[in-house]
Amino acid sequence: MPTYSTNEFKAGLKVMLDGDPCSILENEFVKPGKGQAFNRVKLRNLKTSRVWEKTFKSGDTLEGADVIDRELQYLYSDGEFFHFMEPENFEQYQASAATVGDASLWLREQAMCTVTLYNGAPLAVSPPNFVDLEIVDTEPGIRGDTATGGTKPAKLSTGAVVKVPLFVNQGEIVRCDTRSGEYVSRVKA
Amino acid sequence: MSGQLWQPSAPLENLRRRAQILGQIREHFARHGVLEVETPQLCAATVTDPHLASLRVSGHGFLQTSPEYAMKRLLAAGSGPIYQIARAFRGEESGRLHNREFTLLEWYRPGWSVDQLIEEVAAIARLALGDLPVERRRYRDLFRVHLGLDPLTCPTADLRAAACAHRDLSFAEADRDTWLELLMSEVIEPRLGTGVLTFVVDYPPSQAALARLDFDEQGDPVAGRFELYASGVELANGYDELVDAGEQRARFAADLRQRQALGLAEVALDENFLAALASGLPPSSGVALGVDRLVMLAAGATTLAEVIAFPASRA
Repeated sequence: MPTYSTNEFKAGLKVMLDGDPCSILENEFVKPGKGQAFNRVKLRNLKTSRVWEKTFKSGDTLEGADVIDRELQYLYSDGEFFHFMEPENFEQYQASAATVGDASLWLREQAMCTVTLYNGAPLAVSPPNFVDLEIVDTEPGIRGDTATGGTKPAKLSTGAVVKVPLFVNQGEIVRCDTRSGEYVSRVKA
Repeated sequence: MSGQLWQPSAPLENLRRRAQILGQIREHFARHGVLEVETPQLCAATVTDPHLASLRVSGHGFLQTSPEYAMKRLLAAGSGPIYQIARAFRGEESGRLHNREFTLLEWYRPGWSVDQLIEEVAAIARLALGDLPVERRRYRDLFRVHLGLDPLTCPTADLRAAACAHRDLSFAEADRDTWLELLMSEVIEPRLGTGVLTFVVDYPPSQAALARLDFDEQGDPVAGRFELYASGVELANGYDELVDAGEQRARFAADLRQRQALGLAEVALDENFLAALASGLPPSSGVALGVDRLVMLAAGATTLAEVIAFPASRA
């Protein structure tokens, strides 16, 4: 992998720090009136998601991390592993439940999602920002009640539970924002 | 900031403020009999400072990191007090408070003490920032107050420990000045100049740059250098100017040795500048003030991009 100098650090660059792949979030150049300059760098450890703020001497270098984001199709879970496929070449990848984490609540079979690969193996999984999922369980709807603004919990086919308006029924498809975990709208089947 | 890259990043009202401040500065110096001069931005030689990256123009020389050497040649030629509003260039400096191309107000007062010059720097800052009070803080006292350390005498290990206590560092080894610079810029600077113009004086001799060495009240050697801070931002750096050609040549040689140790490109010494010193530079105080930063604070902005029409990202 290439190495990068502090003046090449920018948001999104993937580098190795203390043996872990990290994504740079911010890079602030700091210099006293005269003398050595520094870079105050904010990084996210891609393994732990922890955010670090580290100070570098300007001109110091870090090795790039072999980290890429790929659009893969989610196939199925066998209970232990989640299986994904590159639709172009049918190459398959498996990710542990720990790697997938909370993203599993939004993964619908056959749907596309973003899988971050580190040295060719899944490191993290991000669902699309919006997903359409079926409600498998909720209290019966109240006909005609579209104005009071009340909500009720609804369980989706993937296991996620979202708050939906009272008029939405079991068996309907709803659009959710996976970043906030919130209901957005009904989707006509 | 405006979305499209062809548009200026600075609001037009900030550019009007910039023009107004430049006009006030010129008016001040005209009233006080200081001559406006212009010196080359592209010169055959450049600074030896290992921490400044000069931009090379292939076949022509270097874009100047400051107009200092050329202006001192004018002083040696008998110009009397002079000022310049100059573009300066420093490669690899980019960020909220840095742009690779920036505007310096640099001026020299032959026969003036640093104390007299500090008064005038405060007057210039007040043109833009309003009638702020002035305070003077000794470098040594700032370290004592904010870190409980004597920067001139404490063991280097204590500086390192203080730096590690304040910041998560990617490096464990550094020389004494690097620890001092880190503590100054990361811990002390942000606390300076709140509602006041803070002049930091009596720098350690190792950070003299182009300043003469002197002795403080305790008889310890210090550099005749000062810096101005306002709202945690460094605005100006001034010297009781070094006028000894032999001492200047020795400091250049020390810079070159450090450049070699750091694996940096060798640079030729500016022999015209050294010859000017040898012919006799009148005792002078001089200072460089960052105009972009001054306008930024005056406009209530927090980034240089808000006061520079087209910063490096849009140039």
